[in-house]
This record gives sequence, structure tokens and C-alpha cells, in this order.
Amino acid sequence: MTSASMTSSDESALPTSSDARPEKRVLHLRVNGSDHVVAARPYALLLDVLREDLALVGTKRGCDMGTCGCCNVLIDGKSVMSCLVLAHEASGKNIETIEGLAFEGAELHPLSAAWAECGGSQCGFCTPGFIVTCHELLAEEQAPSRQRIAEAISGNVCRCTGYKKILDAVEVAAARMRAAPRHETDARSAAL
Amino acid sequence: MSSDRHEKLHPHDDAVQRHGLIGKRIPLIDAMRKSTGQALYTDDLAPNACLVGKILRSPHPHAKILAIDTSAALAMPGVHAVLTGREAPNSFGVLPVSQDETALAVDKAIFIGDGVAAVAADDEETALAALRAIRVDYEPLRAFLDLQDSLEEVPEELRLHKKTVGGTNIHKEVRQNFGDVDGEFERALWKKRMSFRFPGIQHAFTEPLVVIAHYDADERMTVWSAQQVPHYLHRALAKVLEMPMHRIRVIRPTVGGGFGGKSDPFPHEMVAALLSRKCRRPVRILFDREEVFYNNHGRHPSKIEVGLAIGHDKKVAALDIDALIDGGAWGSFGVVTTYYNGVLANGPYRVNNFRYRGRRVYSNRPASGAMRGHGAVNTRFAYEVLLDEAAHDLGFDPAQFRIDNALPAYTKTINEFRITTNGIVECIERACAMAKWKDKHGKLPFGRGIGIAGGFYISGSALPIHWDGIPQSTVHLKADFDGGITIHSLAAEIGQGSDTMLAQITADVLGVPIGQCRVYSDSTDTAPIDLGSYSSRVTFMAGNAVRRAAEEMRSLVIGGAADLTGYPPELFVLEDAHAINATNREVRVPFVEALRRAMKDRGALQTSGCYSSPPPMGGSHKGAAAGLSPTYSFQAFVVEVEVDLMTGKPKVQEVWAAHDCGRALNPLAVEAQIEGCVHMGLGQALCESFDYNKGNVENPNFLDYRMLSSTETPDIHAILVETYDPEGPFGAKECGEGPLLPALPAVANALFDAIGIRFYEMPITADKIWRALQKQKKSAAKAAAQGASR
Repeated sequence: MTSASMTSSDESALPTSSDARPEKRVLHLRVNGSDHVVAARPYALLLDVLREDLALVGTKRGCDMGTCGCCNVLIDGKSVMSCLVLAHEASGKNIETIEGLAFEGAELHPLSAAWAECGGSQCGFCTPGFIVTCHELLAEEQAPSRQRIAEAISGNVCRCTGYKKILDAVEVAAARMRAAPRHETDARSAAL
Repeated sequence: MSSDRHEKLHPHDDAVQRHGLIGKRIPLIDAMRKSTGQALYTDDLAPNACLVGKILRSPHPHAKILAIDTSAALAMPGVHAVLTGREAPNSFGVLPVSQDETALAVDKAIFIGDGVAAVAADDEETALAALRAIRVDYEPLRAFLDLQDSLEEVPEELRLHKKTVGGTNIHKEVRQNFGDVDGEFERALWKKRMSFRFPGIQHAFTEPLVVIAHYDADERMTVWSAQQVPHYLHRALAKVLEMPMHRIRVIRPTVGGGFGGKSDPFPHEMVAALLSRKCRRPVRILFDREEVFYNNHGRHPSKIEVGLAIGHDKKVAALDIDALIDGGAWGSFGVVTTYYNGVLANGPYRVNNFRYRGRRVYSNRPASGAMRGHGAVNTRFAYEVLLDEAAHDLGFDPAQFRIDNALPAYTKTINEFRITTNGIVECIERACAMAKWKDKHGKLPFGRGIGIAGGFYISGSALPIHWDGIPQSTVHLKADFDGGITIHSLAAEIGQGSDTMLAQITADVLGVPIGQCRVYSDSTDTAPIDLGSYSSRVTFMAGNAVRRAAEEMRSLVIGGAADLTGYPPELFVLEDAHAINATNREVRVPFVEALRRAMKDRGALQTSGCYSSPPPMGGSHKGAAAGLSPTYSFQAFVVEVEVDLMTGKPKVQEVWAAHDCGRALNPLAVEAQIEGCVHMGLGQALCESFDYNKGNVENPNFLDYRMLSSTETPDIHAILVETYDPEGPFGAKECGEGPLLPALPAVANALFDAIGIRFYEMPITADKIWRALQKQKKSAAKAAAQGASR
């Protein structure tokens, strides 16, 4: 609950009317290989711009304060919580969301496929954030141990699964990716 | 229950033995959508034209509202509607006996965070600015923030609600007494009374509470909400809005977790609808995480006193429970919770003498309500810890002691619960075998230990909340020219897999691939009434309903095949997407052709199946209906822990979780439910606590409200025990809540095995363990010194 909604006094430093707000500025974002131009206020969060302006609603809003990982996206290959990133900071960088990561062309990515098969999702709200985190992990390590996977996802909150089937899914995906190597990293740098 | 249904669902029946989809590991049918980001949750649907709704909240735990001035807010550009409580005074609540909530506070605010006024504006910043422009004059009243204070008799102005017990702030008091408890305590071989404390805990679902409401050009209200029970919301909206139900449509998009926390109708849902009706525009109210913590109805903070007497026959002789639970601001499910804290202790062990007093108080804190394992979790902890103490003191093996006390199958408890199948002994035996209990219990080095506990839970409430004779579950099926089977149900998919269960049963009965079925379970306009996803009722009730609808559909399709081939219908079975003559398997008609033939002269095939619990089967004592269920689940867990003796930090190493689910319709989904339950139960045991300070929540976020992370969650071995319930669909009973119950006491009992110390207060954190270890060391040193001086 914002402090503003709890009080009827005027102590807040937030602007009190729309006139006082800083103006929207043009912002160039490269998301999932496509270029977008949007107008956003300087303090707009990347999460808000992705969801509200670009309608990329696969990235979820869970806590708004960097504690759950539901809003994770890749920025230049690193998984970050998009509720802690200003949209303007991400300008000129390569942003990837679940919508861009779930499929490679018409093929389901092994992580998304294994997630579904192994029961990695129950309510599914945390799933996009987890899968984004695991894309980063599997780009760095081909055969992470269960302990290593658990560490990599420890910033993501899942309240349904007890994590067991998530670990199963990542192991299965990693094994399949080792068996049929792909060139994600190359493709990503080519896209840049 | 008719005897023929009994026979029909017997484990040796064809339906149980044959090779279909039942019992197969099937990924949830929405899994692909979820793992690609394509599942749409309520907030994902918000059209750009949606106004932003925001609620002004009381900064006082208890205060009269003298005046509200909204004129400045309403005058602001970009503000489209402003609402105060007086405009919508009709009360609502999930239980007909506790209609004590209003959309916004009317005369007084009763907790910090209570809604006082609301606005709908063009964007969030304008809405927040409008809230700041609203002037509220409060007159603070004495706040009731401690359980004990709410027991006092107080003047009417200090009572939180009109209906309380004897001029206090007690919401509900219940008493039950069976047998001769006092006499058994006098005669007992072993007895103990202990007081146990439990802070409140939260569901902490990842998707925040969110609602979109649109009162449209046709003067129809549509409300999209993250809900476990669209039907109860539908009822409450009709009451508050004073609109007929048929002009209101509730839509449940994909729900990001519930665990009981989305099963009440909520004030913000009323507010969004009222705001939309005022400005005729769609309004969205999305809570931030802090608002969720203040508004959702978590597990009751509780103080529970339990007395246990063991007789000379080494059996439980008497159980005496006194539970005092903090309901916070509103009634919610609390009347049920008040009963459940006592009555659900009547399993899985035989209790012949039972006494219970339960009291739920109102207080000026956020409301408590239903949470996974509703009402049964805390008392279960107390009971299982005392059983462990008795076994230890008397020199019994705690596992065998539980087996010796187990209820048999097909019996009645002292409070007249009808027990049918019962897998408690198999649960204990299999969990112990896998955990190597006999090699470990009492034999591990200091600091490491192993513990056991059992559990018992309802599989749906036999008596519905509303006594209007409507079936508890109804499912409609439609099969049309394309060959697809459309399933209409209001059982709410909240991640537990209810849509998959509906499709799986339908596909199994009709002999078609599961992908040929599509589930529409999201709208009150198209779905027949189902009481939704709570009290572990969906597989049992909606599962029976869909099975009946599918069996009727099967007859119709077989009728088409019989028409086409000239063979009598009784010869046909549906398998492999064909109608097959079982006596001459070369006579095969593709399912779609049989279906189209059956559609001749009548169009699409439509069938309906429903479920109502068997006629009254409980006792006639007061509260006999509470805890009655058509069947019960049973569970036993063995937990192994290790304590870091330097820091006190506990680490659960492994959990062997055996659960009697009747029949695992989909083992993948049953395991998933058990694993999730274990994780949540361990969290309550080890770290979760909803902390207050003067009515403020001190930890309303995921940093300070500690849950077990991926690295802190142990390896969980789910053990599926199948007892084939005679009335469950294909023998199934619940698996979504019961498997939480043994987690807490099994941890505490394992800690005792590890370090010889009992804990009576949740959560059992490192600092509590460390202090207890220091105390243990000191008294050991003192005893040694005394011994030396003698």
C-alpha cells in the first residue's frame, strides 16, 4: 500500500497534479529483436513499459520491489528484475522477454517444453520469470547440478511447486540442449 | 448414497482396472500456455481504456468516521468517480451467518488499511493525487490488538460488529463434549496439558489481488477477478449492487495462486464494480504487495491449549482442546474455522472422549480466513507434538504408537464423522520404510534427528454454505460437429489442475484424446454453478459431476454408432476415438461419425452431470455439520532435520510425505500438490510469521515475510497411497490440503529427536533453537556441578 493511500495529509513529495509531472520522452527499445519507439516519463519502469505500452504481458508484476522475480527479463543476456530498471536505462540494449524466448521460430524452446512436461508450473504466474532466469543459467552452464540450479533460481519465488518439479524441468531441458546443441549465444550476438 | 453407486466405483470394477487416461501422468492442459507466457491473468486483460481505481485506507486501527469530504478529489481533472461507504451500505461476507463486510467503511474503520473512500481516475498518479485530496475526520477509538482484550465485555461503540457474544468482541464460541474427558484424565497412565502459540501466516500467492469491472452500455456488469469461488463473488455483487444475478457476469481469468486467499468475495471487487457503475467506464484495481498483505485473509493467529490423556491400554483416552483464534476485522470463513480447530482432531486416531471449546474473536487487525489446511493445521501441530511426547515418555516407538491408535476404515468417529477408506496405516508404514525410520529414530548423532506426524482432512464439505438444495457441482458437456467436447464448469482452475481433471475424466470416459476436450470454466454466464475451489472439494465433487455428464454423453454417441451399424448399443465401448463393438472389434465407427449420426434431428449433443453430498450422515449435536465430508484424506510424514549447533539454524534434509489420495487420477498432479503442501507447511514451521505492531503489519513484503527459497527447500519424496474411495470419481479423494498438516509437527518432532528440546511456538527459528540450546547447556552444566558437589 503506498504511503499516499494511507494518509489524507499532503506530505508526499509526489506531484499533486498531472501538470507538475516531468514530460514523457521518446524511448527506443529493442525487444525480442523488434525495435519500438514509445513515449515514457523518465521514472517509468521497464516492467510498466513492457506490459502497458508494448502489451508484452507475459512478464508478470508480482511485488513491484524486486523480491519475487516474476518480472525477470534478459537485458543483454543477463536476467534482471524489470521492476527495478528504468525504461530509459534499457534504451539501446537487447531486451528479451518470455514471448521472445519461448519459441525459436516455430519450435518450442526446450526450457518451455520441459517446464510443461515436468509440471514446472502450477498457477504459472512465476513461470515466465523462472524461465528467463534459467535461459541465462543454461547459456552459461551446460550441465548445472541440482544444487547449482537451485542457487540460480533462488531469487525467484514460487509458492505452488516446492521447487522440485522446477529443478526436474531445468535438468531435462539442459540434457536435451546438450544432446542437440543450439547456438543461442551466437544468435543473440548476431541480433545485436 | 445409493448402493448401486457403491458397487459401480468399487476398485475391482472395470472402470478402475481398464486402460484409459485415469492414473496416467499427464501434464496440466494449460502447461504450454503457462510456460510460454501466453496464459492471461486478470491484469493482463486490462484494456488501455481502463481507469485506475485506488482505495483510501484508514491509518487508524479503530476509529469513528465523522465526516468525509471528497469534493476536491472529484473536482480534479482526470478523476471520473469517487465513492464512499455510505453509498453502498449493503453488507456481504462469504458465510450467510457473517455478513459483516461492506465495500468501504460506513461508520467506522476497524483496521489499519480498511477502505474508507475510493476513486477512479485516468492514471495511477492522478488517482493517488485524488486520494490525497480527500479529507477524512476520524475519532480514534480504543483498539483491540490482543486476543485477551477482545474477550472483555465492552460498550456497544467499542464492539467491532453488531453480532458478538455477550457484549464482548468474541465473534463465535463453540463447545462440544463427548464421553468423560475429566474422568479419563484422572485415570490416565500419562497426561499433559500444553499451550501452543501460532502467529498468523499469509497465502503469499505470487499474483496480487486484482479486479476489473465494467458496467457496460447494456447495463450489465462484468467483473474479471482473480477468484477461487466466482459463484460467491457473483452472489455478493448482486447483494451489494442491488442488481439481479443474471445481469452480472463474473469471469475468472487464469489465477496466479490462491491457497484459500482468493476464496472470499472482497471489498475491492465491490468497489471496482461500484466505481464503474458511477462512470460507466471499465475500472481496474490492482493491489501492490503491501495492500495484499493487509487485505487478504490469512491463517488465524492462534493460542491453543491441548490436553492429552493416554490410558493404561496405551491408547488415546481423551483429548481436550481449547482454541482461541484471532479473526481480525471480519467474519470471513471464521465460523467454520472456529469449529475446524477442534472437530478435525477426531482423526486419524481413535478418540473416545473429546472436549472442545473454540472461540474466535474480532480484533482491529486485518481479517483472518481460510488458508490451505483450513482450521486444522495449528491444532494438528499441538496434538501430534503431544502424541510424540507421550510416546517418548512411555518408551513407545512414535510410529508404532500412531499405528496402534489409528482409526480403522469404515467406522464412525465419536463426533459422528463417517469414515470410509482409510490409508493412515499404509501411509505410516510406507513413509517409515522409505525413510529407514527404524535405523534412524533415536539413533542419529546429537544435532540430527527424525520425526513423524500424521494428518487427516476433509475432501469437500458435505454441507454447502448456502442451504438452497442446488447441487454442489454441476458440469455441462457439449459435443458438436467438429468432434470437440466442450466442458462447462465453474470449478475454478487456480493452478491445482482442476481443468485438467475435468478434461481427463471426460476424455477417459469418451475414449478420445485429451486434446479433443476444451474446458471453459471461467464465466458465470456459460458455466453451471459449482461452489469453486476451496475445502478440497473439486476432484471429488466436480469430478463426480463431470463423470456423470460424460457417461451420459457416451450413451448418446454409442447410440449413433448403433444406428449406423445396426448392432445393439450395449455391445459398444468408446476407445481410441472410435465406437467399437466389444464382441466383434472389427466393427469400428470413428467417434466423430458416431457423434454426427447421434446429432441427426437434434443438433449438438448436450449433457449434464451433477454432484450433491449423500443425505445427512452426521450426528444431531450442535455443530455436527462442521467437518462432515463425504470422505477424508489421511497422511503421514517422516522428516529428517539437522541443526547447526553453533547457530541454531535448522535445516530440513528430507521429507517422506505419504498421502492417501484415494486414487491418483494423475500422479504428476498429485505429487505436485503434495510437494507444494510440504513446502508451505515447512515454511510455517520454520520461518513464516505475519508480524504486527500496534495494528500495523511489520513485514508486508516478500523480503521481510520469510518463505523457504529454492535452496532452503529439502528433497521431498511424495508417496501416493491409493485406497479407492467408493464414492470418489474413479476412487479419488482430495490431495491439495491434507498433505500440509503433518509437515509442522513432523519438523518439531524431528527437532526433539535431534536435540532433545520441544518447541510449542511457531515458527521454530534459528534464534529460538539457539536460545534453547544455550539453556540446555547451562542446565546440564548446573546438574553436573551439583552432581560433583554431592
